[in-house]
Amino acid sequence: MSARRGYIAGIAGPVVVAKGLSGVKMGEVVYVGEDQLVGEVVRISSNYFTVQVYEDTSGLRPKEPIIATGKLLVAELGPGLMSVTFDGIERPLEEVRKQIGDFVSRGVKVNALPRNVKWHFKPLVKKSVKVEGGDVIGEVQETPLVIHKIMVPPGVDGSITWIEEGDYTVEEPVATVERDGEVFEIKMMQEWPVRTPRLFKKRLPSEVPLIVGLRVIDTFFPVAKGGAAAVPGGFGTGKTVLLHKVAMYSDSRIVIYIGCGERGNEIAEMLEEFPQLKDPKTGHPIMERSIIIANTSNMPVSAREASIYMGVTMAEYYRDMGYDVTLIADSTSRWAEALREIAGRLGEMPVERGFPAYLPDRIAEFYERAGRVVALGSPERVGSVTILGAVSPPGGDFNEPVTIHTLRFVGAMWALDPELAYRRHYPAINWLKSFSQYAEIVERWWAKNVSKDFQQYRRKALRLLTVASEIESIASIVGESALPDNQRLILLTSEILKEGFLRQTALSGEDVFCQPRKQFLLLKMIMDFFDKTYVLIRKRVSIEEISRMPEVFEMMRVKEDERGIKAVEELYARVMKKLDELAEKYGLTLGGGDMRG
Amino acid sequence: MDEWIFRRDILRCFHGKLYRGAREIKGSLMFVDGVEDAAYDEVVQIYGSDGKERTGRVLETKIGEAIVQILGERAGLETDVLIKFTGSTFRIPISEDVLGRIFNGRFEPIDGLPPIISYEKREITGAPINPVAREYPHDFIQTGISVIDGMFSLVRGQKLPIFSVSGLPHNMVAAQLARQATVRGEEEGFAVVFAGIGLRNTEADFFIEQFRETGAIERMVAILNLADDPAVERIMTPRIALTIAEYLAFDLEMHVLVIMSDMTNYCEALREISTARGEIPGRLGYPGYMYSDLATIYERAGIIKGKKGSITLFPILTMPGGDLRHPIPDLTGYITEGQIFLSQELSVRGIYPPVNVLPSLSRLMKAGIGEGKTREDHRYVADQLYDAYSRGVRARDLARIIGEVGLSERMKRFLKFAEEFESNFVNQDPYENRPIEETLNRAWRVLSVLPEEELVRIPRKMIEKYHPNYGGG
Ligand SMILES: Nc1ncnc2c1ncn2[C@@H]1O[C@H](COP(=O)(O)OP(=O)(O)O)[C@@H](O)[C@H]1O
Ligand SMILES: [Mg+2]
Repeated sequence: MSARRGYIAGIAGPVVVAKGLSGVKMGEVVYVGEDQLVGEVVRISSNYFTVQVYEDTSGLRPKEPIIATGKLLVAELGPGLMSVTFDGIERPLEEVRKQIGDFVSRGVKVNALPRNVKWHFKPLVKKSVKVEGGDVIGEVQETPLVIHKIMVPPGVDGSITWIEEGDYTVEEPVATVERDGEVFEIKMMQEWPVRTPRLFKKRLPSEVPLIVGLRVIDTFFPVAKGGAAAVPGGFGTGKTVLLHKVAMYSDSRIVIYIGCGERGNEIAEMLEEFPQLKDPKTGHPIMERSIIIANTSNMPVSAREASIYMGVTMAEYYRDMGYDVTLIADSTSRWAEALREIAGRLGEMPVERGFPAYLPDRIAEFYERAGRVVALGSPERVGSVTILGAVSPPGGDFNEPVTIHTLRFVGAMWALDPELAYRRHYPAINWLKSFSQYAEIVERWWAKNVSKDFQQYRRKALRLLTVASEIESIASIVGESALPDNQRLILLTSEILKEGFLRQTALSGEDVFCQPRKQFLLLKMIMDFFDKTYVLIRKRVSIEEISRMPEVFEMMRVKEDERGIKAVEELYARVMKKLDELAEKYGLTLGGGDMRG
Repeated sequence: MDEWIFRRDILRCFHGKLYRGAREIKGSLMFVDGVEDAAYDEVVQIYGSDGKERTGRVLETKIGEAIVQILGERAGLETDVLIKFTGSTFRIPISEDVLGRIFNGRFEPIDGLPPIISYEKREITGAPINPVAREYPHDFIQTGISVIDGMFSLVRGQKLPIFSVSGLPHNMVAAQLARQATVRGEEEGFAVVFAGIGLRNTEADFFIEQFRETGAIERMVAILNLADDPAVERIMTPRIALTIAEYLAFDLEMHVLVIMSDMTNYCEALREISTARGEIPGRLGYPGYMYSDLATIYERAGIIKGKKGSITLFPILTMPGGDLRHPIPDLTGYITEGQIFLSQELSVRGIYPPVNVLPSLSRLMKAGIGEGKTREDHRYVADQLYDAYSRGVRARDLARIIGEVGLSERMKRFLKFAEEFESNFVNQDPYENRPIEETLNRAWRVLSVLPEEELVRIPRKMIEKYHPNYGGG
């Protein structure tokens, strides 16, 4: 095919207007200028077209050539993605560094997947088997943590005429398929246009929680595997730390992390931590099941726009192998701003705060790519993509387009609260403003795997926290000492819940990841304490006597005890005994207080 | 003579195309017709009929037209000008000779010494550091200022701004930091690159004087754009400073501290240009791309693997109307690695540095402190101080409504703590340099106002080791 060439007619920032070429498609990738900067066609008119360039355009001149590739913006998919850090258009950044040094300059061309690496391919089907798009025909141990299934590309079907175990590069055929005399070579590398969702057979409802090890999330505002959650919060409220920890400790099989318009040092931090942190089940570094996409705030804005689609396409690809994939985007607001900037340069009509009218559609399309599905082809595979997106509202005010529209399309929100962050109450998730539609869905999992009483304790605790906040606002007018003892007990218990349950450090030590069972025991301990003391208070035992108990402070700390669940059980027994003794002293009897449940 | 050398230097490296006459001049923008192939971001020389020469930059280019942003003085300019497209983006000559020198926002010397001559020229916009080439910053910088070292520890390679309002001693704090900052166990101090953006003369003099006093002047470079200098040059001032900083850090392997004051003036200039171009305004008229634009400045801080130097960034900005939600502090806070707030209220009460502790933050603190770096109890002590202080502040607010007598005993203790904390921990002399141990010991002493069991954020064994009740503090 002869190269289709046009020329540059005008340049303003990342937007280039080009002429002299007909038949370009929307979304077609073009190379712009002498340096062949990568760009994508975003608008077509009768005699010119407009390109969004993914690299810095300084120095570019009118009349320089533009070459059309005939291809849409695609992700290269195949073995070699895992544990790699890419930029927003899938250039592997270590390779880029090897080629041009420590700074990313323009015009670098690097393949996403290495072409010289040989992977050991093991066939899973035999010659003359009939296959179609999505069928797994073999596998490759991509990293010690990930078996990469080699799938027949969509649209290909027929019977296998050749397949053989061996070492292959991603460009060499590993099998051939024939239909009606036509032979198709199957290679380990496929391409998929990033703006189109990958196909699947059937959507399934979510059932299982993504366990992240943070109590306020798992217990109160869970996200289901295949669901979507948003983390809105002003700067410094803890979005990134939270999402990093989820990437590190959650029970996802695969994690894809998109650093979208955020800090370079945060990527450096992950690259330092991920190779060190061992997967608890296998002892291998979690880097081996992670992909990082880094398009930091100072990198070109249009590649930032693309980075989201690149990430979610990779996520769907691993989903199709039958894995539970967690896709994290920090921050989706920077992506929306990239959309806005490009729309502005294109002279599109802004509607809300400068954002184009299609902002809600784009947000919806992105979150719609989350889900639990039956993949195409056989054998049957069920996989999921869970999407977690940070939202950075200007001025920390949630009443703005990106936050508002995001909340329409996600099933859970973890609302970060500066007041909590100022007090260093982390994670600063506000328990009154957050929500999760998955709580009911995952109830069955908790009942089966942890305790049938879980839901009841959860509801009670949430109710107590709500009531406590009402009492607090009264207390802030009249002073706490003016309140009746039963209300002061509610305040005391909510204090124990906040300090001993909700607050959880992300830094180090026992409490960084809390097992579901331990979450439940802590909750039960605090709520049973409340039930028992409530009876005592009603029988005129003074709140002072209760709050002086050293066990009250111990309940706030026991989560950090290195002995884990054992320490909680021990303390639970002591608290109950203490309360019984107190009751005895006043000639009362208390029921309950059984650790099993 | 000096003038001439500088001009010749420019002429030698820029051979370009000449055009006569602009179609229109609007604000700082000049529209030039008939230009066939100006490069985006290309530097333009403008020779006015008033005999003055100005510099400009191509903001938008088409076949047949270029839109040029005029840098420098615009008064006296007419459409009858000679315009030379130089063929190159904005670069500065660079060599070791920059040390000890003072330049304006066009990189012309203003210290009476000759301009820098070098074949090595760098584009001032810089290129993004490849994220995988970054080394995550770990090295604790002792500033000798308790509230910073104790609660918002700065590390080498961090970008940590001061959010202030005019009239507060932010320049004093920045100067104290520049004077006292050291990494313990290392002899060599920091080289300082100072970018004065729209500063008043007295403010600029204050900084230069401070550097002179400590003998830091030989290891200092200043780029000064003063209040009466052209506003558009404020776009270049921090970029020139950072280009020099990158050279010192990554070529000469120095540890560089970049102080930029006042970034608010930078953002105003950005808004001015955006308005002149007729762009769709974002919040309060600031352009929608201000976040990305600021990021191309702040993200130049950092450390690169395998290189010895580093760039630590300490920008100062005054919040218009003292409003934290204003787009300037807001977007800055989203990019930088924390922020230190100064508060009018504390300043009025005579506390220096008047740091408003609760909304302040250092995001890189966790990696720079602890055993072997500062002290094992550091993180816990800092956490406990926040917690107790936030309770103390709430108690104070409550006391304003119901009177101190209405507070519970517990609340009263926190109120007392807050006062002790402000006067014996935060407050210090601008010339007092406290080692980190002293800072932490002071922290324990103010914490000892509270009963021991209230210290729930500190592990027992640390209390037994450092609490004054057990002989610590
Ligand atoms: N879970 C946590 N545990 C301890 N510290 C936290 C936690 N979350 C946030 N922080 C502190 O707050 C700072 C800012 O958090 P970050 O996630 O970077 O905020 P954001 O991304 O919302 O701007 C962190 O550097 C850290 O000091
Ligand atoms: Mg963040």
